[in-house]
Amino acid sequence: MHKVYHTIDNLAGSVITLRAEGVKYGELAEVSSRTGTSLAQVIKLDGAHVTLQVFAGARGIATDAKVRFMATPMKVPFSDALLGRSFTGSAQPRDKGPQLTDNLIDIGTPSVNPAKRIIPSNMVRTNIPMIDVFNSLVESQKLPVFARAGEPYNELLARIALQAEVDIIILGGMGLKYDDYLYFRDTLDESGALSRTVMFVHTASDPIVECMLVPDIALATAEKFALGGKKVLVLLTDMTSFADSLKEIAITMEQIPSNRGYPGDLYSQLASRYEKAVDFEGAGSITILAVTTMPGDDVTHPVPDNTGYITEGQFYLRNGRIEPFGSLSRLKQQVNKDSREDHRTIMDSMIKLYASYKEAQEKQSMGFRMSDWDLKLLKYGERFEAEMMDLTVNIPLEKALDLGWQILADCFEANEAGIPSKLADKFWPKKAKTVNSKAETEPKEATVATVDKDSTKKPDEPESVNK
Amino acid sequence: MDTTGKIVGVNGNMINVAFEGAVAQNEVGYACIGSGDSIQRLMCEIVRIRGRVADMQVFEDTRGLQINDVVDFSGNMLSAELGPGLLRSIYDGLQNPLPQLAEKCGFFLQRGTYLPALDRKAEWDFTPEAKPGDRLTAGESIGSVPEGIFKHRIMVPFALKGVYTVKSVIEAGSYTIEKEIAVLTDADGNDIPVTMTQRWPVKLPITCFEERLRPGETMTTRVRSVDTFFPVALGGTYCIPGPFGAGKTVLQQVTSRYADVDIVVLAACGERAGEVVETLREFPELTDPRTGKSLMDRTIIICNTSSMPVAAREASVYTGVTLASYYRQMGLNVLMLADSTSRWAQALRELSGRLEEIPGEEAFPAYLESLIANFYERAGYVLLKDGSKGSVTIGGTVSPAGGNFDEPVTQATLKVVGAFHGLSRARSDARRFPAIDPLDSWSKYSSIIEIDRVEKLRSILRDGTNVAQMMKVVGEEGTSINDFTNYLKSEFLDSVYLQQDAFNEVDAATPVERQREMFDLAEKAMTSDYPYTDKADARKFFQGVVQDFIDWNQIASDAPEYAEHREAIAKKIEEAATNA
Repeated sequence: MHKVYHTIDNLAGSVITLRAEGVKYGELAEVSSRTGTSLAQVIKLDGAHVTLQVFAGARGIATDAKVRFMATPMKVPFSDALLGRSFTGSAQPRDKGPQLTDNLIDIGTPSVNPAKRIIPSNMVRTNIPMIDVFNSLVESQKLPVFARAGEPYNELLARIALQAEVDIIILGGMGLKYDDYLYFRDTLDESGALSRTVMFVHTASDPIVECMLVPDIALATAEKFALGGKKVLVLLTDMTSFADSLKEIAITMEQIPSNRGYPGDLYSQLASRYEKAVDFEGAGSITILAVTTMPGDDVTHPVPDNTGYITEGQFYLRNGRIEPFGSLSRLKQQVNKDSREDHRTIMDSMIKLYASYKEAQEKQSMGFRMSDWDLKLLKYGERFEAEMMDLTVNIPLEKALDLGWQILADCFEANEAGIPSKLADKFWPKKAKTVNSKAETEPKEATVATVDKDSTKKPDEPESVNK
Repeated sequence: MDTTGKIVGVNGNMINVAFEGAVAQNEVGYACIGSGDSIQRLMCEIVRIRGRVADMQVFEDTRGLQINDVVDFSGNMLSAELGPGLLRSIYDGLQNPLPQLAEKCGFFLQRGTYLPALDRKAEWDFTPEAKPGDRLTAGESIGSVPEGIFKHRIMVPFALKGVYTVKSVIEAGSYTIEKEIAVLTDADGNDIPVTMTQRWPVKLPITCFEERLRPGETMTTRVRSVDTFFPVALGGTYCIPGPFGAGKTVLQQVTSRYADVDIVVLAACGERAGEVVETLREFPELTDPRTGKSLMDRTIIICNTSSMPVAAREASVYTGVTLASYYRQMGLNVLMLADSTSRWAQALRELSGRLEEIPGEEAFPAYLESLIANFYERAGYVLLKDGSKGSVTIGGTVSPAGGNFDEPVTQATLKVVGAFHGLSRARSDARRFPAIDPLDSWSKYSSIIEIDRVEKLRSILRDGTNVAQMMKVVGEEGTSINDFTNYLKSEFLDSVYLQQDAFNEVDAATPVERQREMFDLAEKAMTSDYPYTDKADARKFFQGVVQDFIDWNQIASDAPEYAEHREAIAKKIEEAATNA
């Protein structure tokens, strides 16, 4: 039925060229050689010459290798049987489970019509105060984690995977160390989260082409789950490896590089993946959290730079903590007005005070005399770092807000922290000697339920500008 | 007969097509996948011809195309459909109406599905203006229809050259856009039927006006730092470069709401879909401060977000500016906002790479500068043939890699625009909105305030910033009281005038009159001499004035305490200045 070709003209990197007829752009082929069989995809047609990208790499492929075209583009199996399984970048089982062949879906689905998108409005709770309180993750958001190599970004992702309030988690690993893959698998398994997880993992030792496929496969699968009404969280690590694989293929294809060797379409390539994040009206949603390692801790490197223009904010992971400055969730305003009336105030005040703490710290290190206020700030800053910023802190949003008040009250007087008196009256933890005992006896839960209409309109206050 | 061709090569969104007969540069064709009912026709455009092979960029995903697939040539360049009904529309870069596509195809954009840009069934109340025997040229009115609050002129098609005699005009009544409403006769006696709609190639400028005038009048945006310090003129051009997160899009959204123009064309070109969605969902709910109607009534949105096909992204800015120029022909002031021109330039770069052209700086094509210049030159303030005036103002954001303004797109843009609103990372990190850098930015247009007064304040601002830099080294102790006062003055101006609270209804948009009053008062504070000898006293005074001023900024102009508050501030300044 399918014609088999035997003569390969050119071999370079993982790209092969041969003469063939009736081949469709983007279709798959099976390349069999002495070293084994691999899938390949058509990436260029030029008259009778067909250029293929071999998933397993061209190493060991002979000039007389058998090439059989399959007349179908890249597809992956989709069913609930995917849950709990792990696969390679070409959707082959990585665990010992059976090969899935049913219900194949296309991996290159078209873009969502902007007119069908809706404004996101649900928070994804992670129980990490630096995210929930200060930069809330929002359903359908796309957020990168910018980190230097060596930061515990995979640990962070694993924690979010365990704790995030979502139906399904899809993990796309690109260029992962094998140990990291095992870490993810074991961590998810131990906590029982594996049963709602699908893993597509390309490890550093796998062929580079599979690395390029991981985001597509992961997102195509996510999209199917989302259309079926599921809230899906897609975790990608690390997108810089993905970009590097694009670079490698582009250079092999003799494309003209644009910036530090990356292809000119890097922005479009990244955007077409990130833009899969969506909230379907009347169905589920896709939220994307992706690690982008910054070579040389340089945010102007083409990969983090292009990513920053695409995503809706970013988390900076520095010294094992999510940095409060620079980290930003552009969509947080959509959700933090309805969570609890004191949410925005705590968010702004604590960050402002933390900024003052940094200044005080600088002053201290330069040997200036410390005022009482500075000493208060130093005390505050240390507690903030230990009890809020530390990544091991694991408390729900409401508890984190209460803790915020507690830390403020332990370090400052109510009128010092720059909090509107209306909220301070209500939330400021009372010490034994305070006069107003009515608020003190009020159970905390009662304050959670009351959402003050006035304060919901309160803008996301700009930080103080007067030094 | 239509020319057809056959595909001989496919590489990404580029196809090579061997053709018979004649084709034109930039001619549109359709590559056909499959046959019979399942046929998909993918729109593509000729970008280069070599011998008998045309290189075409496809506006869709090319998967599934194969050698020898047929390409039909249309004989036309990529063109926009013009006529009543464009306002309130949401189009993709090829002028497909997105809400209608959503009705037809659901969540996803199916490739090869194209819908007419204008509603064929809607009827418009036509009032004839020309009479049989009138002699008209392209761009002159035959009649008009009301479109929302505007009088939409039905004009002699722009493509007609020479003078035409009106043979007949239909009487007043309701007609669809495809109804023949007039017949014109050319010099050779040929009859040309005219409908309410016409097509115009997007890459060519519309030039059916009497002459281009120098832009003079300020286009007010109610953003104080723009209107006062870095104004934009009606018919002018400006650009907003800035690193990610500096607030380019927010600034454009504010401008699209408050700009004192008749019509706004928003071209979201290769940016986040989420941001467009905010506009799509919010604009119908918001009221236009000028007319009290829905903002959508004066808006056209062209939306080709980053995940939509790259070639259509390149087309989207041209489609946008063509629609803007069409409304200019009706004597209206149109503002076209492009977000972001860097994505458009990147689309050009991708195309150039596929064509294997010799790359220029950062692999952008060598013709990037001339294309950018051509695009901005399509703005302009023009005198129309009937004596009325219209304008197209173009504002483009630029997203320079790494926030570095030395890259080719920013530099090519700066050469051709009349105003530069550079956004700075430092300002946006300090949450100073708008983050327009008050020292680096510039404008060649006239402000709503006399230029020497503006310059005076700017020079104090510059001095103050220098002092601030110096103070970092020598500390407050080593700064003279004069310098320190200048520093306080510059901080004062920044806090109360340059910065606006985008969330406060009153402060977010300042009308011109109020800006003048504010400027008078701020000028008074800035140019007075204060006899302070102690820095702490000076600081305390300025902190007080800043606080009062910010309070005043949030009081509505028609509130009774408005004038009172202003007098109080003025008095405070006078008192401080005379206590010598």
